[in-house]
Amino acid sequence: MSDVEEAITRAHHDEWARVVAALTRRFGDLDIAEEAAAEAFATAVERWPANGVPPNPGAWLTTTASRKAIDRIRRENKRDDKHREAQMTYDDPPEPVGVIDDDRLRLIFICCHPALATEARVALTLRMVGGLTVPEIARAFLVQGTTMEQRITRAKAKIKAARIPYRMPSADDLPTRVSGVLAVLFLVFNEGYLASGPDTDPVRHDLTTEAIRLTRLIRALLPRDGEVAGLLALMLLTEARRTARISANGELVALDEQDRGAWDAELIAEGHRLVRERLAAAAAGVAPGRYQILAAINAVHTSARDIRDTDWSQVLALYDQLVRLDPSPIIALNRAIAVAELDGPEVALAIIDRLAEALAGYHAYHATRADLLRRLGRSQQSRAAYERAIELAGNTGETAYLTRRRDQLQ
Amino acid sequence: MRYLVSVIDDKSNPGSTDRRPAISAFNERLIAEGYWVFAGGLADTDAATVIDNRGEQAVFSDGPFVESKEYLAGVWVWEAPDLDVALKLATEASKVCDRKVEVRPFL
Repeated sequence: MSDVEEAITRAHHDEWARVVAALTRRFGDLDIAEEAAAEAFATAVERWPANGVPPNPGAWLTTTASRKAIDRIRRENKRDDKHREAQMTYDDPPEPVGVIDDDRLRLIFICCHPALATEARVALTLRMVGGLTVPEIARAFLVQGTTMEQRITRAKAKIKAARIPYRMPSADDLPTRVSGVLAVLFLVFNEGYLASGPDTDPVRHDLTTEAIRLTRLIRALLPRDGEVAGLLALMLLTEARRTARISANGELVALDEQDRGAWDAELIAEGHRLVRERLAAAAAGVAPGRYQILAAINAVHTSARDIRDTDWSQVLALYDQLVRLDPSPIIALNRAIAVAELDGPEVALAIIDRLAEALAGYHAYHATRADLLRRLGRSQQSRAAYERAIELAGNTGETAYLTRRRDQLQ
Repeated sequence: MRYLVSVIDDKSNPGSTDRRPAISAFNERLIAEGYWVFAGGLADTDAATVIDNRGEQAVFSDGPFVESKEYLAGVWVWEAPDLDVALKLATEASKVCDRKVEVRPFL
């Protein structure tokens, strides 16, 4: 990649959300903001190779995008709104320092507004904040480009028609609204980490990277929020194991078989730092939320140099804490895996058999059950459970792994 | 910005019938805070008549335009600066009248 290309890519990464956010604030319209931002980047691709990269790419892009937006508004003759017209007449209004970051946060809160459907929130966040193209988002979530386009268009239309405000939620609403934002980012990350679909790569690095990048952004904007730190730590500690998690032939490698030397030490160190920060807060009496506890569990796993060194009683204690917070059957299933390590597969099997009804359609339930039955030497039942898990698993790496385990049964 | 807030009741699982005093108090507050435009409860859907005069002759039919377990039991019209304000009030309204509510902006 040439220097200019690299500068454009970097500017797209760093500045896209800023440009869209600044234009949304100025023109009060997501469509105009997005289209003008896209045009500004297209202009950069055209001009920067010949004229050189401007000293402040972000400011150049915002100014260019603002001019494009004004051109567009004039062309479309949207002169009905006096306020908008007044703003149009002047060039960039002076911006108080620090307001740009707030702009991006406000943009994220619009995209993750609870009045929008979850899929729409994910799509809109990736488009408006992440700068992913519609075909990219459609590919990631295995839907047609036109379907994704409609989803985004409909969400934008609702924002306009119902007047979803472009502002920070009030202090009362902030915790619940942030948790909605984190849920969206976690969805993006998980889709990347365990990508669904028969023809997809088992891990979508582009999506995990994007989710981490956006969570870092939220962390920079809300540095005191414990769950934001928790989610970032959870993602980093999970991402650290990414390369060890898939074998050369695309098969999922279970935690106990992973080459721990291949884990990313830098990401682990950063994740551990965040977890320690949250542990200190917990010691001071701040109750941790689910992401912080999940991050702590991952910190225990990534602290062990060998699977045999894993502090399973610590893992179980954390799961006990998590169950009190979220008594869902999926948490109970994951807790049972730690129980199996401490009290043996038979005790764990008794626990997970009670979850049979709730998790009948969940691949991980059958995969866990198959493994426990295998360890108990109940091969025939284990085989049946592997078969059910294979049927339900949507990830190519996982299907390959489960198939091999099934075929190894006597 | 005006919002239509529809109160949705459920024939098989209706909300409680003792909500009038609470709704009146909530309405007083809506008026005092400047959100209130209009409100009214509706008679049972049995009392509805649908008229179709798009053809040569007007056709009257008994009952609501759509038969379903859920039906419109009443409406509010509010004046609110944006959806967040309307949603906050609607969250309270649902509790006050013990029914689901739908928030929909006017054009």
